[in-house]
Amino acid sequence: MPSLKDVAQYVRSKAAGPFWVTIDIFCGDAATFERVRKAQSLSADAVAKLYGVSADSVRVFEVEPLNVLKISFPRLRPQGSPHDADSHAGQYFVPLLTAPVP
Amino acid sequence: MSPSRPDACRVLVPSGVLGSGCPQAAFDRGLTLDPHVIAVDAGSTDSGPYYLGAGVSKMTRKAVKRDLRQLMVGRAKLGIPLLIGSCGTSGTDAGVDWMAEICTEIAAEESQSVKVALLYSEQDPERLATYLAKGAISPLAPAGPLTAETLKACDHIVGLMGFEPFAAAIEDGADIVLAGRTTDTAVLAAVPLMRGLPVGPSWHAGKTAECGGLCTTKSRNGGVMLSIDAGGFDVEPLAADNSCTPRSVSAHMLYENSDPYELREPGVMLNARDAVYTAIDERSVRVTGSSHVAMPYTLKLEGSGAVGYRTMVFSAISDPKIMAELDRFLGRLRDRLAAGIRSVLGYEPDEYDFDIRAYGANALGQPGESTVRPAPLEVGLMALVTAPTQDMATEIAKFSNPMLLHFPLNPDDPMPSFAFPFSPAEVELGRLYEFKLQHIVSISDPLELVRTSTFTTHQGERLAVA
Repeated sequence: MPSLKDVAQYVRSKAAGPFWVTIDIFCGDAATFERVRKAQSLSADAVAKLYGVSADSVRVFEVEPLNVLKISFPRLRPQGSPHDADSHAGQYFVPLLTAPVP
Repeated sequence: MSPSRPDACRVLVPSGVLGSGCPQAAFDRGLTLDPHVIAVDAGSTDSGPYYLGAGVSKMTRKAVKRDLRQLMVGRAKLGIPLLIGSCGTSGTDAGVDWMAEICTEIAAEESQSVKVALLYSEQDPERLATYLAKGAISPLAPAGPLTAETLKACDHIVGLMGFEPFAAAIEDGADIVLAGRTTDTAVLAAVPLMRGLPVGPSWHAGKTAECGGLCTTKSRNGGVMLSIDAGGFDVEPLAADNSCTPRSVSAHMLYENSDPYELREPGVMLNARDAVYTAIDERSVRVTGSSHVAMPYTLKLEGSGAVGYRTMVFSAISDPKIMAELDRFLGRLRDRLAAGIRSVLGYEPDEYDFDIRAYGANALGQPGESTVRPAPLEVGLMALVTAPTQDMATEIAKFSNPMLLHFPLNPDDPMPSFAFPFSPAEVELGRLYEFKLQHIVSISDPLELVRTSTFTTHQGERLAVA
């Protein structure tokens, strides 16, 4: 099965304030957006499990005009805390790249 | 941009942050577009808790002075206000004073006599404790309730001002307003809001331009001009050869926002869900349909406090035998270090923190497939010691040096030596700070927690304003 890295145009992550991270999946076109939107591997539950956060803290936004799926959740390690190794959360998107997208 | 609307208020935004620079040609073109105000933000929490905790600027003084001079010279040509938010990166009182000193120097060098208002929003923890005691401070997700101890544990606390303190300073005749911590949007929305332009479009315009040229197609080519009117707002790049497109403008709502539609500001919630982005021509965009909901008036608080001192040792290993069994090697190394630190230095593991990050082998601790990765060719080992004092952190790091240099994979292996890049190997990183607040304080007057001071520059001196 193809994974997110094979279908998405561009995926990025960034700190949204010191306590949140947000991941933007740019799908490029409506057909790909539809596939990504429906992928179980990108649901709030699946993302929560992958990143080890609670499912009710994960917010998923379908930004249809831009064909973007946006996923935000509180960071387990706030920005700059003693064991944080990615201050700007710039690499948080990488584990999602292998999420299966039917 | 649309044909000039009689009711419009135009905001020249030179860059996303003061100190990052705006090409002179782009800025000069902006001045010809008849702006009512020049406004820019000078800070952020984006670079971590150090800048607020230590109260120092991330930007160098020379870069800030270069940019501030450009803006002050431009401002003087048109006789319009210049607003700078979040002075000194974190917007502490020291950041405002630092900017005021630079401003005074430039005024002397450019022979300008200007009225400068300083807005301070650093907060006294004891005063905030009285708000806490009366239940006026609430957490924002994912924080829990605040305690008085947490307030005391912060080295600096700032409140993010809304637009009202800027409006009051301009009404009082300020030419230049240098402010402590401000929401990125408020500094840009201040003049449109004080002129009575609609609330939703004014805040949405501010949000669109908060990162300067990031809402354009060539984001490193200078800032933008906003034009807010009764029906919405227009945005165009300052540089003639740059463009805003409906996509570049609408996509900016995604950036660094956990919610792509709603943005909470002091006293208001912006809602951009029904906003419509339309190309006016090849390089400018009109935005309509931004709305808002009035909210109780709150200031968001940011606080940072020291949690210890750090010393780092960085080394590298590429021996294939160790690369093949890196996890076992690191497990044995950690155990050996803890045992030695206890027996020789007398420190129990809960008195310090020893973090070894294997760069090249999932140092970022990312979830997922890390366990099935192939053996790395080389890893960089960042050994980070955190302790209550710098001396103790360095003592532990120095004690660990022989093991970080020579620790064998198996007890009977011949003694290896690893690759240290520096002599001395220990790098003192100073104080480690942590963001401690994610809370809002309810206030009845937007200026309740803001202090204002005004002066006029005169030949390098500051004259008090009665």
